[in-house]
Amino acid sequence: MSKPYLSLEQIDMVFSRGGASTQVLNQVSLSVEKGEFISIIGHSGCGKSTLLNIVAGLTQATRGVVFLEGTVVDTPGPDRAVVFQNHSLLPWLTVYENVKLAVDKVFSSSKSRAERHEWTMRNLELVQMVHARDKRPSEVSGGMKQRVGIARALAMEPKVLLLDEPFGALDALTRAHLQDQVMQIHTELANTVLMITHDVDEAVLLSDRIVMMTNGPSARIGEILDVPLVRPRRRIELAADATYIRCRSSVLKFLYERHRLVEAA
Amino acid sequence: MTASPVPIRPNEKPPVAKIMTLALSPKTGSPRRFPQWLTSLAAHVVPPVITLVFLLVLWEILCSSPTASVPPPSRVVSETWELIAHPFYAGQGVDQGLFWHILASLKRVALGYCLAAVAGIALGTLVGQSEWAMRGLDPIFQVLRTVPPLAWLPLSLAAFKDGNPSAIFVIFITAIWPIIINTAVGIRNIPQDYQNVARVLRLNQFEYFTKIMIPAAAPYIFTGLRIGIGLSWLAIVAAEMLIGGVGIGFFIWDAWNSSRISDIILALIYVGIVGYLLDRAIAFVARTVTRNTASA
Repeated sequence: MSKPYLSLEQIDMVFSRGGASTQVLNQVSLSVEKGEFISIIGHSGCGKSTLLNIVAGLTQATRGVVFLEGTVVDTPGPDRAVVFQNHSLLPWLTVYENVKLAVDKVFSSSKSRAERHEWTMRNLELVQMVHARDKRPSEVSGGMKQRVGIARALAMEPKVLLLDEPFGALDALTRAHLQDQVMQIHTELANTVLMITHDVDEAVLLSDRIVMMTNGPSARIGEILDVPLVRPRRRIELAADATYIRCRSSVLKFLYERHRLVEAA
Repeated sequence: MTASPVPIRPNEKPPVAKIMTLALSPKTGSPRRFPQWLTSLAAHVVPPVITLVFLLVLWEILCSSPTASVPPPSRVVSETWELIAHPFYAGQGVDQGLFWHILASLKRVALGYCLAAVAGIALGTLVGQSEWAMRGLDPIFQVLRTVPPLAWLPLSLAAFKDGNPSAIFVIFITAIWPIIINTAVGIRNIPQDYQNVARVLRLNQFEYFTKIMIPAAAPYIFTGLRIGIGLSWLAIVAAEMLIGGVGIGFFIWDAWNSSRISDIILALIYVGIVGYLLDRAIAFVARTVTRNTASA
């Protein structure tokens, strides 16, 4: 019998404050194969960040379980490294030290000192941040901070890489550049990735499958779309590609016709 | 909950801005221009010197009449020349050079302040981290911190039965409140993001304390430490006046009892300068340690 690599089973999430309780997620189930790139898209407030936090273990689901390689995961850990929306680098450490902190903690017994240094440098190379290794986060641009955040997450050698709207706070050009880098890294390392986004183009460009969430409260998975585009993908060529256009418009239709945000209407 | 802000010296910022514009055009001026460091030094030193000279002249004029109850600066210098010239004089009992008096005071401050720093950061961490500790301790802290430093002295004299430990205790109890309160605020303000990073990395309690909590709260802690050192130096003079022995506070009290007004004025100048240097020292340590990385 083959269990999926990562599986979310009947996740319910209810937030209770005082007497009132709000159901945020309703019976969310999802299976992810090893090496897959999955995007979760939905309007704001649909609980997609909550869902990611549950997979990360940062939030406890009210009901339901997350299995990773057949084991239940309910606490945070480096096997599910998170790239946070606002990078969350520690401002008192340099770029190098931020990544090194993760490397030192995760590989404290399995790698020697020299190997840990090498591994830190390799991950900085992967995101092309070696040149700024001794700078502090406040001294580099927003895009660079996010690249360091990605390097820190990759350096943990996670089984699943969790991206929480990683490019949301960046300008369009920087975002495109980072998307290309993430695609390249995904090609090289074949990570399993779960990405939260609200950008339709980003979702279609990067993902193997797009998970579309209905509006909250009580959000559930509305539809899952396969993106059968061959890799490597180039954004310029894809702009005229029929499959790309079809995927893009079906996500758009889902979001803006069938599940348009009520308050916005 | 936040403590009073550290005063900003008004003559610090604007000259810096001027220097920056000079630095942008280094070679365009005439070849006879002074070296840059000299110009920068002058910009910092000249204004306070002018102010000082003006004040001294004013003081000299106001107190020049022979019946004036406060001596003019010229008489202060001539009457205290012995003290100025021989700071390291070592005599009997309290008959010591001013250096030894100040050193004695500094030793008391150092001991009391260091104890306050350790205890204050520890208690501040506790209060900042635990909701129950805060509920239990914060009201008590808020009441105790309003007790004037000297009000503690009789009680500590009764407890320690000796002047020196009592003075040290007064310093301790004076300096500890701003340190506790600022540390607690700093710990409570650690962004959720850093805590999430720590959880994903599975940092243990000790690692979380040293790698996240202390660096994140450091700017707040140093604000508390800086207010604390100022208060300590304020309190030591008053406390020493009452306990006697070697120390700058008792020196002032002794001078008053023997009507040596010039000695008092000299001592006040020294107290001011030492207090200023202490404040600068803590500010320097703060800058070095936090490396201006309060936020990303």
